[in-house]
Amino acid sequence: MSELTEFRQQVRTWLEENCPMSLRTPTPDGELIWGGSEVNFTFDDQRQWFNSMRDKHWFCPSWPTQYGGGGLTAQQNSVLESEMRRLKCRPPQINLGIWMLGPVLLEHGTELQKQQFLTPMTRGEVRWCQGFSEPNAGSDLASIRTSAVDQGDHYLVNGSKIWTSYGDKSDWMYALVRTDAKAPKHQGISLLLLDMHSQGVQAKPIDLISGKSSFCEVFFDNVAVPKENLIGELNGGWKLAKELLQHERSAMSKFGEFQLPTHFDLMSLMSDYMPAPHSASEAALVNKAVAANMEEQAYNLTVQRLGAEMQAGQSCFGLMSIMKLVHTEQEKIKFELLLDAMGYRGLGWEDDSFSEQEQAITRAWLNSFSQTIAGGSSEVQLNVIAKRVLQLPENKGVS
Amino acid sequence: MSMVYSEDDRMLADTAEEFLSAQSPVAAQRALRDKPTAVNFDEKIWQQMLELGWGAITFSEDLGGLDFGYKGMGAIFEAMGKHLSASPMLSSVTLCGSLLQQLANAEQQTWLTAIISGEKRLALAVDEHARHDPDSMQTTATTVVDGFVLNGKKTMVIDGVSPDGWIVAAQHNAGCSVFIVPFSEQVKVKRLNLIDARNYAELTFNDLKLPAEALLGDAGNSLKALQQALDLGRLCLSAEMLGAIKALFDTTIEYLKVREQFGVKIGTFQALQHRAARCYVELELAQSCVIAALSDADKADANLASSASLAKWKLSKVADLISGEAVQMHGGIGVTDELDIGLYLKRIRVAQMCLGDADYHQARFAALAP
Repeated sequence: MSELTEFRQQVRTWLEENCPMSLRTPTPDGELIWGGSEVNFTFDDQRQWFNSMRDKHWFCPSWPTQYGGGGLTAQQNSVLESEMRRLKCRPPQINLGIWMLGPVLLEHGTELQKQQFLTPMTRGEVRWCQGFSEPNAGSDLASIRTSAVDQGDHYLVNGSKIWTSYGDKSDWMYALVRTDAKAPKHQGISLLLLDMHSQGVQAKPIDLISGKSSFCEVFFDNVAVPKENLIGELNGGWKLAKELLQHERSAMSKFGEFQLPTHFDLMSLMSDYMPAPHSASEAALVNKAVAANMEEQAYNLTVQRLGAEMQAGQSCFGLMSIMKLVHTEQEKIKFELLLDAMGYRGLGWEDDSFSEQEQAITRAWLNSFSQTIAGGSSEVQLNVIAKRVLQLPENKGVS
Repeated sequence: MSMVYSEDDRMLADTAEEFLSAQSPVAAQRALRDKPTAVNFDEKIWQQMLELGWGAITFSEDLGGLDFGYKGMGAIFEAMGKHLSASPMLSSVTLCGSLLQQLANAEQQTWLTAIISGEKRLALAVDEHARHDPDSMQTTATTVVDGFVLNGKKTMVIDGVSPDGWIVAAQHNAGCSVFIVPFSEQVKVKRLNLIDARNYAELTFNDLKLPAEALLGDAGNSLKALQQALDLGRLCLSAEMLGAIKALFDTTIEYLKVREQFGVKIGTFQALQHRAARCYVELELAQSCVIAALSDADKADANLASSASLAKWKLSKVADLISGEAVQMHGGIGVTDELDIGLYLKRIRVAQMCLGDADYHQARFAALAP
């Protein structure tokens, strides 16, 4: 038996013994466990699964053991992932720090920073949020203005961030700050780690058109940050931010496997709400629904092809870059269609005349508008395809 | 389902690419259009294609085939689409070959051996109206003492002029029968000149007498086999369209990179970049549908009907988008005959309508859904 087969056997046995049956199902809304100083469990199996995975050092299975990781090779790590998928194990916790900041710290952090920040991550003790977007900056990330001014032994941070997911519930933030106001805009930016419990930090949830949301606005009023919390070189943050966003994309694709908040079977929901046969809107609705269903099929086949090409060791950068764009746009179209089919029943808001499912669909429809904006808008994705995949020429006038 | 081409498929694709770019480039198709021949394809190139074994790709070894599968065939059709190479591959090998493979008895199989080697060429006659609709044919076959009598009219018979014979589908015994009709002066053949300058015919049968051995398969019971053959044809046509739109897309992207207006390359305009990026996205989605359908064609238990309909539907839609954008982004020169874009546009339009357009396949996909 090869070593890897033996490892697979061990992993399978361990997972079967340690992952409670109740957690071998898709994670419903509201049952995601976010690691951090205030972990909330809704039932005891979650706590047990969280603790077992933590003690096994499998929150970060491939990180070095000296920082609390599991020390697995890339091959072993993919065995673990596939075995977890096979048993349908829920992720024991969700933590942006591990997914996005961790890999950057491992590569660019000082020894001291690695010890200080990585070890608590691997124990699920710190919840991280991402401080990149700013009011008025939008997709133009390099135009951020939140400043960090050198005060000798610390930086003084002033400004604000927006669209910070769970900013109000996080312990720490990895933030892009402007450390040189005079440099060209991509060159005066640094990556700084900020304690969200510091004096002068205030996080405020943002209400969206779909209702309450996890997005926050975060304000910094003379926040003192120790200089040793600067990651990489001073004014070298742009390069790190780009690396971090790459990790974000691959993390998002994994996140999608665990939980697709907007993924649903269009045809079966449509059939719940279709108007009577041969009524005025029926034929048009049916046609649009079939077309949307076929488009979704084309997308699913493309996801399969991406997997097959990756396995065959082919470069699939081009395919990768269309996934977010196509998925979010298709979901939006599907929700529009559902709303069309529901007629007046799709217009309820906190009213018991409308079923829970109806209200949930209405909110999901409203939420679908944010999906084509968040995480790089559709237009940003199109720019990436045009410039990096098709290699169309740059307009020198615009950066 | 295997969603990538194998090494063997790739080698086949490379050979096809090499052969067609040398022997049958777009210029050859343009020449055929300007100086039409009897059948509007190059007989010599066709024979060379068969010598390369292209007729044998999908058939089993005991029939004289290579047992290579439809992914390999798809690679050939994609290359033919890219170079706009006209040949009877679809009509004779894919459509008629598949029907013979499914229905022919030992004696009739000599036709199959002959079309695999290229010794003979057949054409399939199905359509009768302005649209593809194999479920409602009006051509009739009547059983008589020593055979059958055929009456009716067929249109859009692909490569229907001057074949060695036609396979004709007709209403018979309250169902659908298919017959081999060897070439005969008693069949009235009218040549159809279409925008893509290929070989299409309209056939009229007036009390055409057929011998008993003309019947393929069981009387009145061949609709399923016919749809299976048509599905294989549909996915080969989809692969051909994929090759054509890839060529159009690549040409257009190149043009965006070199053409200057307002003092800059037009490819720097975000309005055009985003449209180009959308075309790329759609092209990739289309490619996935084609490769999935090809892969299903090689699998016995697959739902070939719905994956073929999905491929034909998606390719027709994306071909509309990309041929339209190719003309528009080229501007005025895009509508001149001098550029090859028009040749692609016209061929694509015909391929879209052949064997069912997007609306047909959307309705069929919905009807097939569980």
